[in-house]
Amino acid sequence: MIALLIRDLRLAFRAGGGFGLGLGFFLILAVLVPLGVGPDPQTLGLIAPGILWVGALLACLLSLDRMFALDHEDGSLDLLATAPIPLEGVVAIKALAHWLTTCLPLALVAPVLGILLNLPGPGYLWLVLSLLLGTPALSMIGAFGAALTVGLKRGGLLLSLLVLPLYVPTLVFGAQSVTRAAQGLDPLTPILLMSGITAGSLALLPFAAAFALRINLR
Amino acid sequence: MELRVSDLAVARGGLPLIEGLSFAVSGGEALVLRGPNGSGKTTLLRTLAGLQPPLAGQISAPPEQMAYAAHADGLKSTLTVRENLRFWAAIHGQNGVDAAMAAMNLTDLADRQAQHLSAGQKRRLGLARLLVTGRWLWVLDEPTVSLDVASVALFGEVVRAHLARGGAALLATHIDLGLPEARILDLGPYKAEMPADLGFDEAFL
Repeated sequence: MIALLIRDLRLAFRAGGGFGLGLGFFLILAVLVPLGVGPDPQTLGLIAPGILWVGALLACLLSLDRMFALDHEDGSLDLLATAPIPLEGVVAIKALAHWLTTCLPLALVAPVLGILLNLPGPGYLWLVLSLLLGTPALSMIGAFGAALTVGLKRGGLLLSLLVLPLYVPTLVFGAQSVTRAAQGLDPLTPILLMSGITAGSLALLPFAAAFALRINLR
Repeated sequence: MELRVSDLAVARGGLPLIEGLSFAVSGGEALVLRGPNGSGKTTLLRTLAGLQPPLAGQISAPPEQMAYAAHADGLKSTLTVRENLRFWAAIHGQNGVDAAMAAMNLTDLADRQAQHLSAGQKRRLGLARLLVTGRWLWVLDEPTVSLDVASVALFGEVVRAHLARGGAALLATHIDLGLPEARILDLGPYKAEMPADLGFDEAFL
């Protein structure tokens, strides 16, 4: 399984691997929003948590359809399904690789973009923390959606439609925790609820995704 | 070690293709499947490899004992020949990457990326993967597509060495691999009757 993780990371960093796609999108969004909204620091500070969370979520969504589709096209997925590692493990590792290459960089670069958006001081810590705790759920739910749509040509739109409603709770609680922290309120309740969603998705969705993959491979 | 298939029926897209198929392959034997296009060779091999459930019948050996090789080689174009093989060896908990490359005449290409290989070289790499799975039963779907005459002979030698080690091979192929000892199984007599009316649910499976 570690071999699979190493392969996926290596593929992501090689030419055409898609590393940096989400990061670039996130960067562009955070730079363009102040230009569109106007330079008023008060307004920007107010919308910063929401913008950063929506940006991270959409950036996460961008690279989802590659997760299983590429392996399906070149036949690796069939061979992985016949390999001696469980398909549930394959799904979990693929989601982990997606998180490491897409979501983790987003969480690390978010404070820098927070400055561009004039995020109030107490928000920075909770911004990083909420992204670190919330984005694993985005990767895992995304893996489930990608497994459902793996056999479809141009399944990207369907994948987004399937996955976006499932992303909403994470987005609401994640953005809320940063907003509350920025206003000097206690952000603990929303962040705990969001972590609960993450823990639940990590525990249950690998099985659902592996089941969907088995059906799609038939 | 033996694979025994009894009264097997397989379907593709809800349509039964083969029914009442029984055969046995034991260690040291090769069985060549023959049949026209669309006769269900690929579906049969995918069923044996555990990628889809059979409609009916029993398969004695679990899919964990089979190394499956399909039309697609499962190669990553930005990884080198050695990296591709190392990955599959690690997944199967095996060594012997260098021996596998030597057997399929890939040693000179070891550090070249798979995207720069020719179709025949890619195929040889896909077949070298079989050697690092450490499984006794090879289930091969058209293994010689895009191989030249010399490479077909080379692959015939690799299969023969595998049989000599007590392995077995099940091949769907239209050309002669140079394996005179291989038995031939014609799938023609096992063609399934088309059902009069298809179940409603089948359309969605």
